[in-house]
Amino acid sequence: MFRNQYDTDVTTWSPAGRLFQVEYAMEAVKQGSAAIGLRSRSHVVLACVNKANNELSSHQKKIFKVDDHIGVAIAGLTADGRVLSRYMRSECINYSFTYEAPLPVGRLVVQLADKAQVCTQRSWKRPYGVGLLVAGLDESGAHLYYNCPSGNYFEYQAFAIGSRSQAAKTYLERKFETFVDSSRDDLVKHALIAIRETLQGETLKSSICTIAVVGVGEAFHILDQETVQQMINAFEIVAEDEPPAADPGTSAGEGGATAEGGAPAEEGAAPMEI
Amino acid sequence: MEFAPKQDQSENTVSIPVGGPIQRTQYPYVTGTSVVAIKYKDGILMAADMGGSYGSTLRYKSVERIKPIGKHSLLGGSGEISDFQEILRYLDELILNDNMWDDGNSLGPKEVHSYLTRVMYNRRNKFDPLWNSLVLGGVKKGQKYLGMVTMIGVNFEDNHVATGFGNHLARPILRDEWHEDISFEDGVKLLEKCMRVLLYRDRSAVNKIQISKLTEEGATSFPPYSLKTYWGFSSFHNPTVGAEGSW
Repeated sequence: MFRNQYDTDVTTWSPAGRLFQVEYAMEAVKQGSAAIGLRSRSHVVLACVNKANNELSSHQKKIFKVDDHIGVAIAGLTADGRVLSRYMRSECINYSFTYEAPLPVGRLVVQLADKAQVCTQRSWKRPYGVGLLVAGLDESGAHLYYNCPSGNYFEYQAFAIGSRSQAAKTYLERKFETFVDSSRDDLVKHALIAIRETLQGETLKSSICTIAVVGVGEAFHILDQETVQQMINAFEIVAEDEPPAADPGTSAGEGGATAEGGAPAEEGAAPMEI
Repeated sequence: MEFAPKQDQSENTVSIPVGGPIQRTQYPYVTGTSVVAIKYKDGILMAADMGGSYGSTLRYKSVERIKPIGKHSLLGGSGEISDFQEILRYLDELILNDNMWDDGNSLGPKEVHSYLTRVMYNRRNKFDPLWNSLVLGGVKKGQKYLGMVTMIGVNFEDNHVATGFGNHLARPILRDEWHEDISFEDGVKLLEKCMRVLLYRDRSAVNKIQISKLTEEGATSFPPYSLKTYWGFSSFHNPTVGAEGSW
């Protein structure tokens, strides 16, 4: 995208009918590190890549529990994501208090989308620069939604957002038809493999990714590092039958020294965008 | 958020009177008496008489005190009739907004009961209660639910509930004779037994009762009818025997 005379504020239309500020906000999502979601009939799994800026600092938190039955993974401006998660938690708990029942995900997602839309139609505001993958359960089953800075939302069987998400999407597109009836563990395995796709050669370790699960009879929770590492080990020992392009790291005994320095391709990424 | 009932502009007086008369109603005018309800095999059965008393005068005799709410619930109310109608308005708006989502989710009886509890309790906290005792029963996805809320926000759920005098006269009967999966016919008989006792003993009862049922298929209100009563007790023939001087 290039600068043009219609992109200064969000309340200016371009002659082609575009709102450039909103589109720039969606670019911010693409710069964030990857987040993936996939669902079966009864479970939804969220996974994301967690890279710390440097070895001394902690990881940026990208998955938030919103309620026992809803969780969200974000990509983009994490500060915006944190604020929206707080809003979602507030809505859920208020609904729970009044009705003693969980807020249906579909309704939360619409409220979130309406909130985002407001920011696309006020001259003194800016759009939220974060994409949200909302995973949740309601009366009609397991759901995965993607909420975009434009105020649009879509329901997905599986989706990936953030940098190098196209690699993950390609993997998911190949496999998504099997997700509906997958077991919970298979779903997590697919999520881990999809995450690995976005790493472009780096070793997949539980220290650089976060996995969260919600399902029928299973409250939303983030899996702890050991469990994740065990799952990684379990499927990496079995050689992959369709090695994706440019991914040599199938066996556990890989040198990995080159990829290890954590070399993100996001050169010049501002700290707030990771 | 649409779950909070809107307050009228006139209700901005202080809740505790400090130097001025209180502007809102402190006591009920037109009241309904007990409501009795039980869970039965297919859902909920609820009974109430159709009387609206104006103090000690049995003034209105065709007041419907049981109304269906949404697809899954029945609301029965005793106490101030105008407050009951106000509550019906709040619930109407609640159900309307719920339907407007059009997303396959709907408020079940438990949610409506919870909402009513919040409304009643919040009004009580402002010293401006809705002068009612409400019974909320329903069935959703095979799960039967029956609950009660009073004007001070006391709420609970049980297999059989009643309001007002019904608590003292009907519930003991229900405790003895209600059982799980009672049939429709037995349920109606049981409710009639309770209503008959109430008719004999509650001076604000009228002999015109309305029974409604709610099942997975929906709500049905049966046409109102009267209970048969018996007054031929021997002690009624000569009531002053043993009490000389009375009449």
